[in-house]
Amino acid sequence: MSNPFEYAPAPESRAIVDVKPSYGLFIDGEFVDGTGTAFKTVNPATEEVLAEVAEASDADVDAAVKAARRAHTRVWSRMSGAERAKYLYRIARIIQERGRELAVLESIDNGKPIKESRDVDVPIVAAHFFYYAGWADKLQYSGFGTTPLGVAGQVIPWNFPLLMLAWKIAPALACGNTVVLKPAETTPLTALLFAEICQQADLPPGVVNIVTGAGDTGRAIVSHPDVDKVAFTGSTEVGKAIARAVAGSDKKVTLELGGKAANIVFDDAPLDQAVEGIVNGIFFNQGHVCCAGSRLLVQESVADEVMDRLKRRMATLRVGDPLDKNTDVGAINSAEQLAKIRELSAIGEAEGAERWSAPCDLPANGYWFAPTVFTGVSQAHRIAREEIFGPVLSVLTFRTPSEAVEKANNTPFGLSAGVWTDKGSLILSMANRLRAGVVWANTFNKFDPTSPFGGYKESGYGREGGRHGLEDYLKGTSVKGADS
Amino acid sequence: MSRIDVRKTYKLYIGGQFPRSESGRSYVVNDAKGRLLANAALASRKDARDAVVAARSAFGGWSGRTAYNRAQVVYRVAEVLEGRREQFEAELRAAEGVSSSRARAYVDAAIDRLVWYAGWADKITQVVGNANPVAGPYFNLSTPEPSGVIAVVAPRGPLLGLVSVVAPLIVTGNTVVVIASEQHPLTAITLGEVMATSDLPGGVVNVLTGSQAEIAPWLASHMDVNGIDLTGVTDPALATGLEVAAADNLKRVRRPAPDTDWLAEPDLDRMTRFLETKTVWHPIGV
Repeated sequence: MSNPFEYAPAPESRAIVDVKPSYGLFIDGEFVDGTGTAFKTVNPATEEVLAEVAEASDADVDAAVKAARRAHTRVWSRMSGAERAKYLYRIARIIQERGRELAVLESIDNGKPIKESRDVDVPIVAAHFFYYAGWADKLQYSGFGTTPLGVAGQVIPWNFPLLMLAWKIAPALACGNTVVLKPAETTPLTALLFAEICQQADLPPGVVNIVTGAGDTGRAIVSHPDVDKVAFTGSTEVGKAIARAVAGSDKKVTLELGGKAANIVFDDAPLDQAVEGIVNGIFFNQGHVCCAGSRLLVQESVADEVMDRLKRRMATLRVGDPLDKNTDVGAINSAEQLAKIRELSAIGEAEGAERWSAPCDLPANGYWFAPTVFTGVSQAHRIAREEIFGPVLSVLTFRTPSEAVEKANNTPFGLSAGVWTDKGSLILSMANRLRAGVVWANTFNKFDPTSPFGGYKESGYGREGGRHGLEDYLKGTSVKGADS
Repeated sequence: MSRIDVRKTYKLYIGGQFPRSESGRSYVVNDAKGRLLANAALASRKDARDAVVAARSAFGGWSGRTAYNRAQVVYRVAEVLEGRREQFEAELRAAEGVSSSRARAYVDAAIDRLVWYAGWADKITQVVGNANPVAGPYFNLSTPEPSGVIAVVAPRGPLLGLVSVVAPLIVTGNTVVVIASEQHPLTAITLGEVMATSDLPGGVVNVLTGSQAEIAPWLASHMDVNGIDLTGVTDPALATGLEVAAADNLKRVRRPAPDTDWLAEPDLDRMTRFLETKTVWHPIGV
């Protein structure tokens, strides 16, 4: 007993989840075999192979798009909004009923702590379906018209597999579109469980189609000529490729891309709360968050004190088994992502920043990275400019609010920002001057289905969530003048 | 003996100034019957870059003004245009060969459009922004903000077309670099004179005359441009190329709209396409 305050293991049982040895594609209401080669999805905490998953070929994607088109023309776009709403409410309810199963499956496929999948991901997923269900029969009040676009091709990332699915599918269906969605190749399982939920809800065949695969499958969806709308969440690099691919077509596009958010702490901030916010900002979901507060900007006068408190707090973070209910930081999602985090961290050291990692024993198997902070970072350092997408925080200092704004905005990204101060007028002036789609003041990483989310500049375009989230799934693109 | 008229030298409008093209080039602009109207400046890549610098410099000040003040300035443009309506009617008749009544209708519509958009400056936030009913102890607000510097390929219709694409961008706080209609550029520069004398800060609107195909690619690939409005691009291959170039820094793109009826009342889309939505969160509590 080296530490008498050590927590006893408190693992969630995974018996609730029945993972099949292999999965097909979900097309036209049925699970079908893909024509591509199957690939494996692993538990990143143990490297255990969970299942084999089909890779959708161009022909499979084409079949899915055809099914979606048929469902759109014959059923879904003809149905009244009130009836569509009922299906979405059913889905929301089943998600709540099967919430524990979804949370466990999400944690074993993704590596995120059960605490987060259970208390954050799944409840917000259900909330999204509830929120958009209510819009289905009220679209005439949205200001964007009531006519759906048709078939939406949607490609989502691995950091919030089920939540990103909800962000994409709920508004699309509410507006009367049908979808072909591709989950990330490392985290396909909850999307396939969602397909079962669609079956349980008796959703008409073809309204939701799930095709699994990697980049080639995604490209086939995005460039399919019969897809009317492309929605993508992921890296800025892929986002640019998609923007190029749809150029000259009639496809509508929304892109939710990378970020390098500044989390700005002023000297009058409540420091303990700020430290919690810093921790939440960068270590939530192992830092696999596009809006993560990965650049900490601290006012110089309190920099030492904030760093002391931050390191003390970081030392208490429990890193390990994602299914343990006491775990704060789970596994890195893939070997590839771990390599990227290690590489950028090594570059941080090589460029002269000082590295400190929380002392913790990492499990022997699986992909792990200890919560890490870099001090002495300058704006030119790559760790201050590039998205690391891992539990790595870069710390810079500033003296005046204007300097903080300059540094915060000195990035091609513009997804989110944080401000910590006791002074209301300072919060409001900072919020005005920060070029980012979300500004959290005295809080961080908060999400809600009623609230638009999306980026400025190279963090992409379009908004998801809220009334704004309907805009790019409807044909009328704007609030019409009085005569229409 | 009859009086020799004083012909006008048309230049560019950049940063509130009227420079010639740095390239020293110009091109012939004929009237509807093929007679020389004037030589217009043939803008170069350098002119386009200078215009972006001017638009970027103007952005902070312009977007930082109160919406009320932006409304006043845009309304002032309408006032000055009204005062010079005969000049525009004459220029439209000469350039496009339209009848007097048609020319009058275009000028009327251009003035009315400026007035319509001026009124939006302090209302768009209320119409497209909102407080969100968050499920938790938080207060959050979503408000629109301008995207930044927008490049515009203006459609034909050197007065009404131009006003219809520029006004929605500037009332919302963006600054713009416009490539005027290639065939009918002259009225655009005269409109620049109206803007220059109507309290609009230099650099908020910059007008380039010349070849769409030559200048637009530089603007589409410019890393300090945040959006591009392709309304006036008539060549589909060029439009696709510009959209591809715009992807380099994820510019917001408005695709060409060849059959737009400029006399019809517009909707909000021309404003919202180049607005971002910012959501600000704060906890509720002690």
